[in-house]
Amino acid sequence: MIDALHIPDFPMQRTCPFDPPQEYAKLRVEHPVSQVRAPTGQIAWLVTRYEDIRMLLNDPRVSADRRHPNMPLTEEVTPQTRRNIAEVGRSLIGLDRPEHGPRRKMLMAEFTVRRMAAMRPHIQHTADELIDAMLAGPREVDLLTALALPTPTRTLCELLGLSYDARDIIQRSANAQLRRSVSAEERQQTSAELRAYVDQVVREKTAAPTDEDLLGRLVLSNRETGLYDHELMVGLTMLLLVAGHETTASMIALGVTGLLQQPEKIPGIVADPAAAAAAVEELLRYFTVVDALPRVAVGDIEVGGVTIRADEGILLSFASANWDDEAFPDAATLDLARPARKHLAFGYGIHQCIGQNLAREELHIVFRTLFSRIPTLRLGADLDDLPFKKDSNIYGIDALPVTW
Amino acid sequence: MHVIVDRELCVGAGLCVLSAADLFDQNEEDGQVVLRDAAAQLSTERALAAAQLCPSGALSAVEGTAR
Repeated sequence: MIDALHIPDFPMQRTCPFDPPQEYAKLRVEHPVSQVRAPTGQIAWLVTRYEDIRMLLNDPRVSADRRHPNMPLTEEVTPQTRRNIAEVGRSLIGLDRPEHGPRRKMLMAEFTVRRMAAMRPHIQHTADELIDAMLAGPREVDLLTALALPTPTRTLCELLGLSYDARDIIQRSANAQLRRSVSAEERQQTSAELRAYVDQVVREKTAAPTDEDLLGRLVLSNRETGLYDHELMVGLTMLLLVAGHETTASMIALGVTGLLQQPEKIPGIVADPAAAAAAVEELLRYFTVVDALPRVAVGDIEVGGVTIRADEGILLSFASANWDDEAFPDAATLDLARPARKHLAFGYGIHQCIGQNLAREELHIVFRTLFSRIPTLRLGADLDDLPFKKDSNIYGIDALPVTW
Repeated sequence: MHVIVDRELCVGAGLCVLSAADLFDQNEEDGQVVLRDAAAQLSTERALAAAQLCPSGALSAVEGTAR
């Protein structure tokens, strides 16, 4: 029985570096939909089973509209930041059907499997340059700053058409948005800093758009259709920067750590693109760096033995879903050859990550290039001593010492 | 079995193309799913896998032959 007087806090704490919070396993069996208290103090329904989450994410009674006052947020925010989140959400991720479709379609052609495959030479070049620099220096490197962070930053800058000089502000702001230890005031301030930078970039792109980069093409296509809107462009750009940056960096760092736990599997992954593709999916499943996303009910919904009433907040735990044995037999085992593509690491439903195939390309290229060029790579510290990010809404590692 | 496509529901995640490039493609103009051969007969396993992976319900596996 859940003690009515004690509603557990969300996010729940991780105790093992690789595992989602241990409470999830029990909740999936005993209370697959249960109440939790978000950092904002809001009470919300935490959903932990794979099938329930998939069902809810295609249910029209579940809204992504961040303007709803009961939308639970997974970090403490100032009232201003809450308004900003609601506002940025109006560019894409906070829209419901039917508003969402036309907006998503503005970006879909930019993120097709074919377009992302066309990024391969750029990503390969980036990875090779960064690994060249590693090999030119001492054999002790923080892989996070040497490879995991700069790969997505440079890839995003190339895709969007931003100067790589912007990397500091992008990295600082993306990081601050996602750390729960950052004060609400500081979060508001770095968000404003990023917004000012993006505002300036969008003005420049609007003044002289080219079809050489995503932002330029978006300006041109939106002018054709008469849909151009400055605030919308700023919102979309901020979203792409924040969503595509820390997530990928975290997955590179955690993925390398995961692969190093099974070094005997690495040569096969380096040699065989299909084995590498499977390993990437399994690492995405196993680590699920975005634990949970918020929603709000706009009608009464029966799920997992409870009734979620209209206007109640919902938290969907992808990290729990991806460790649900009903969906992935023996889910707590990292099995680099299992067919894992149906995982929810990129979410599900109409808001499923639009950049997922860019992330796949980055992970695939980085893992294979790193271990092909430095086959003797190993951790430079004990696994248990690594600074895992226990306070971030995107799971990861603050530093990853490696040697070879 | 065969697969039917509701293009209006497609959100361009590309999972169908990623998993079965011989069956699915994405339109260059709008990124939406294109079924390479609407009459293609699929094994039950492939048809269900495609439908299950699609995040937005744009693909459905249907018994029998396509009309």
